[in-house]
Amino acid sequence: MSEPIITVEHLSKRYVLGHQVRQGDGLRHALEAMVMAPVKWLKERSVRQQAAHEEFWALKDVSFVVHPGEVVGIIGRNGAGKSTLLKILSRITEPTTGRITIDGRVASLLEVGTGFHQELTGRENIFLNGAILGMSKAEIKRKFDEIVAFSEVEQFLDTPVKRYSSGMYVRLAFAVAAHLEPEILVVDEVLAVGDAAFQKKCLGKIQDVSSHGRTVLFVSHSMPTILRLCQRVILLHKGTVAGDGPADEMTRQYLNSGADRAAERIWDQRDQAPGDAVARLHAVRVKNAQGAVTETIDISEPFAIEVEYWNLQARLKPTVSIHFVNEDGVLLFVSNDFINPHWWSAARRPGLVRATCLVPAHLLAEGQFFILAALCTYNPDQLHALVRDVVSFQTVDQHDLDQVREKYARLWPGAMRPRLDWQVEELEP
Amino acid sequence: MAKLIIEAGRTERQYWRDLWRYRELFAFLAWRDLLIRYKQTAVGVAWAVVRPLLTMLALTLVMLVSKLPGDGHSPIPLFVFCAMLPWQFFSTALSESGTSLITNSNLISKVYFPRLIVPASSVITSFVDFLIAGVFMALLMAVYRFAPPIQVLALPIFMLLTFGASFGVGLWIAALMVKYRDFRFVVPFVVQFGLYAAPVFAMTNRIPERLPAKWTWVHALNPALLDCVNPKFLYSLNPVVGIIDGFRWCLLGGENNLYWPGQLAALAGVVVLIFTGLWYFRKTERSFADII
Repeated sequence: MSEPIITVEHLSKRYVLGHQVRQGDGLRHALEAMVMAPVKWLKERSVRQQAAHEEFWALKDVSFVVHPGEVVGIIGRNGAGKSTLLKILSRITEPTTGRITIDGRVASLLEVGTGFHQELTGRENIFLNGAILGMSKAEIKRKFDEIVAFSEVEQFLDTPVKRYSSGMYVRLAFAVAAHLEPEILVVDEVLAVGDAAFQKKCLGKIQDVSSHGRTVLFVSHSMPTILRLCQRVILLHKGTVAGDGPADEMTRQYLNSGADRAAERIWDQRDQAPGDAVARLHAVRVKNAQGAVTETIDISEPFAIEVEYWNLQARLKPTVSIHFVNEDGVLLFVSNDFINPHWWSAARRPGLVRATCLVPAHLLAEGQFFILAALCTYNPDQLHALVRDVVSFQTVDQHDLDQVREKYARLWPGAMRPRLDWQVEELEP
Repeated sequence: MAKLIIEAGRTERQYWRDLWRYRELFAFLAWRDLLIRYKQTAVGVAWAVVRPLLTMLALTLVMLVSKLPGDGHSPIPLFVFCAMLPWQFFSTALSESGTSLITNSNLISKVYFPRLIVPASSVITSFVDFLIAGVFMALLMAVYRFAPPIQVLALPIFMLLTFGASFGVGLWIAALMVKYRDFRFVVPFVVQFGLYAAPVFAMTNRIPERLPAKWTWVHALNPALLDCVNPKFLYSLNPVVGIIDGFRWCLLGGENNLYWPGQLAALAGVVVLIFTGLWYFRKTERSFADII
């Protein structure tokens, strides 16, 4: 194989958390620290051990190599160190130890439309954004028409972008980024925006880039996207490399990783539970037909997802929204508790609320499922809490006679497996 | 293509080369700041003239009412506006570059480039304002039929000095503001107060080089103080004093002589400001993205 284009050796990044929490960030605190310095110096020995706990290693001893032309996906749970890794690769922040050797020009897209200025026109922003992403003026001029065509906003080129719709804004921003010609492209979940058609176009562009022999590092939460784009995936877990291999193997390992696999999640401390001043989550559970919390659900039995939350005010009425995601990361369906007529008539008052979503038997196929739970209010639309993979469960098929598959015992494809009615008529003897 | 190596402390060594490589971005940022500076304002660029003009009118009124003599030969409005020119440049550059990192925090946390170009491009923007106000000064002089002396040729030197002073202080404030937002409150105060600390109303030449002998309490404290304390020199330690004196010397001439110890102090002050500013900025720059 050819020379690696990126070599990462024993990369670590430490953040000191206590610094901000304990010392504060204002000048007063700095002055205070200055005055207290001699006292602190005396105490230092006893404090030192405590201080060690305030360090947080976002990355710890990460090593890997990437060869030219590879499209590598980077996955991991929130806080696994993906963003930190990308930030170090794009030189926004320095590593604490370790080194990276890069043999080529890097362009990083950690966000769509970095440096776009609301007051400037589309045309001006193309130049500005291009320069920020590392293009030269001549290069932008050369590609200008192409960028405009890709973005589909020709008519509004001389309108300030603050008058753009969010879709137009994103299209223009991505168009600039898509016309970068680096040897290495670093992308962070920028595809989570824009409408489906445009997302498809963006994916196509990234595939294009990689087919031209360029190297792409791609971070995403979307397993289908990862599977579509990447041959190889690096799985990060709590700042270390938990796996590095073929995409399908790694995504499976990620989705099945035990750490977050539980049928019940409870937050006892109200002020630390996910949420805000309006509502906070208290518990999410998976319960089987008998009312027991379980990780294993028989697909021939109904089951329930139970969400308990604290409603902290009487002005807005929060609604519970749960998303069912399968092990390929595909969002199967979404359900909200306001489907229940009582939700509308119930009084708005603070307190602990339980909302239970009843899932009928014979709906899901066999496999692993992940629940995303969210609390929101509508009019105005506000998101108060959102927890990905809050609980998970697996469904099993007991191979009894009354099943969809009847006596067919081999693999039955499909993400869902509803029992649908069939009519069978013999038309000709 | 040279290999890029990323490790702790490595950016140090590539910094100046990077700065050159990102010169186009520097131009673009300055251009952007210029474009947006007067967007959606009714009178637009005229603000560059209106602000110093109104301040000048107010200060001229103060001088006329309190019968302050100015320099004796040039019209009071010219005397005041001549000081307003560098002062406006210094103060806007200071506040603009001071907040520049904060207002561009989305850039800082999402893309790499030498951070130095952010405050630098803000100073450039203020410099354009300064040039516009300078044209107005020329008009004002034409109206008063006031011909500048031959020293006007030395004006670029003092402009450079002003530039350096604003950049040096701007670097300090920009870097400090990332960590200590307190400076958001400090800067307007400095700008407001600085106007009175600068020799806008009077000439530095009128300040004696010795403490007045009638201050008996000084004598009582320590007789040596009278000999070694030089109020004029102490006052000139403020680089802005030297700059304003320089501007008056160049544009108005006459009684506005240069006070050489003061000029040297201003020059030294500016050099120190730039170098310490660069040093502190570079020192803290690495952690900008983490704490901004």
